[in-house]
Parts: sequence; structure tokens; C-alpha cells
Amino acid sequence: MKIVGALKVTTPSDREIALIRSFNAPRRLVYEAMTKPDLVKRWLSGPPGWTMTECRIELRVGGAYRYEWRNDDGRTMGLGGVYREIVTNEKIVATEKFDESWYPGEAVGTIVLAEQGGVTTITQTILYETKAARDGVLKSPMEQGVAYSYDKLAELLASRA
Amino acid sequence: MLRSLASGEQNLTELAAPLRMSFPAASKHVRVLEKARLVRRRIVGRTHRCRLHAAPLKKIAEWTEGYRRFWEERFRTLDSLLQEMKAKDAGRAGAGR
Repeated sequence: MKIVGALKVTTPSDREIALIRSFNAPRRLVYEAMTKPDLVKRWLSGPPGWTMTECRIELRVGGAYRYEWRNDDGRTMGLGGVYREIVTNEKIVATEKFDESWYPGEAVGTIVLAEQGGVTTITQTILYETKAARDGVLKSPMEQGVAYSYDKLAELLASRA
Repeated sequence: MLRSLASGEQNLTELAAPLRMSFPAASKHVRVLEKARLVRRRIVGRTHRCRLHAAPLKKIAEWTEGYRRFWEERFRTLDSLLQEMKAKDAGRAGAGR
């Protein structure tokens, strides 16, 4: 039985990262939330301080998608790719590449959705061209993660003062 | 072997027994784990005492902390959005009847 809410991060091979997460919703709705621009914008914001300013999706094989985020301080981030495989409500395979080229080459992301009794489990696997690229991605948001938790702590302390 | 060592230091013979491995075979396996810095071995007389070297395993968990936290936040927001969508769906279905 899948536990809703618990995120699993694994490394199935040296070039992959896999995210496994279950949601209390039918597959059809999870798929919609992941493929309709208005809905994607609602949850796929960047790290704290960033908002999604652009979300374009051509949901068909060969179609392109484009995501852009902007920080409060004016910095921008962009991600885009092309869809390789689409099975409605079940599977999405697309290339992904950040404008800022934090890693060499392109990555391929695969999202698989499976539903059982109203609970949908998604398995999101990203395959990088090299182990170094994959490791870099796993390590990089750490600074943001650490900064984020210090910010949260500061907020909390300020609210208690 | 790693799972077995998680419960504490053991000597090579103890490690090999449940796996039905010969001593030399087990020693070879441990050498691979030593090279990967996952296991530490010390020889006491004729016994080879093996224990987990937890630091590399801990490092990997630390590395992924930021990454995991980022996605946990995103998915938590998605949770709320999905509840909203379900409610809307239910509302629509009710109105349709």
C-alpha cells in the first residue's frame, strides 16, 4: 500500500534520479495538474522567492514545452524540452534542458502514473547524460535548501519575538 | 553484507555463513566494500573484524537533502491543488444531475 505524502528519492542507476510520490487523487486529475499550464503554474514554482512567469505546453509528440521563473531580485531561470512519448493519464517522456546549462547535455524525464483505489503514484525518473551531471543536480539545490531552512528559522524566531 | 553489518561489527566468518560463502570469497567481497569505503576491516589475530563505515552513506543522504526538500515542497503544494480540483469536480458532478 502506498503511503500518500511520503517522497522517495532514489538513484536507480548512476545517471538517474527517481522520485516516487503518491497522491490522494485520481490519475486523470494528477495528469491534468501536470500538463495544463494554468495548473502547472500553481505548484511548480521554483525555490522560495521564485515565481513561474511562463508556462507553455504543446502536449503532443514532437511538441515543445517552456517554463520560466523569475526571482524577487530579477534573476530568471528557464527550462524547456520536447515531448517524445505521451500516453494520456499514464506516461509522459520529454527531454529537458535548463537555459543556464548547469549540466552538460540534455536530460530525459519520464513520468509514469499508476492509480489504485483513488490513490495515484507517480514515478518521475530523470536520466542525465553523465554521472557527473546527475550528481551535480542532486548536490546543487543543497545551498538553496540550507538557505531556505535558515530563512524559515529566522521567520519563526521573528514571529516569536 | 551491508545489511548484516548494520546491526554491528562481525567477523568475516560470521558474515559469510548466512550467505554460504567461502572465507576467501567473502574476503574478496569485503575488499570491494573496503575500496568503496563502505566497510572497515581490522585483523585481530586470525579473525577479520568488519564494520560499517557510515560516513559515505551519510554523505549521500546529506547531498540529496536540498533536492528532496525542494520536491517535497512542490508536491505538498500539488496536494492542495489536487484537493481543490477534486472538490471542483465533485461540485460539477453534483450540479450536472
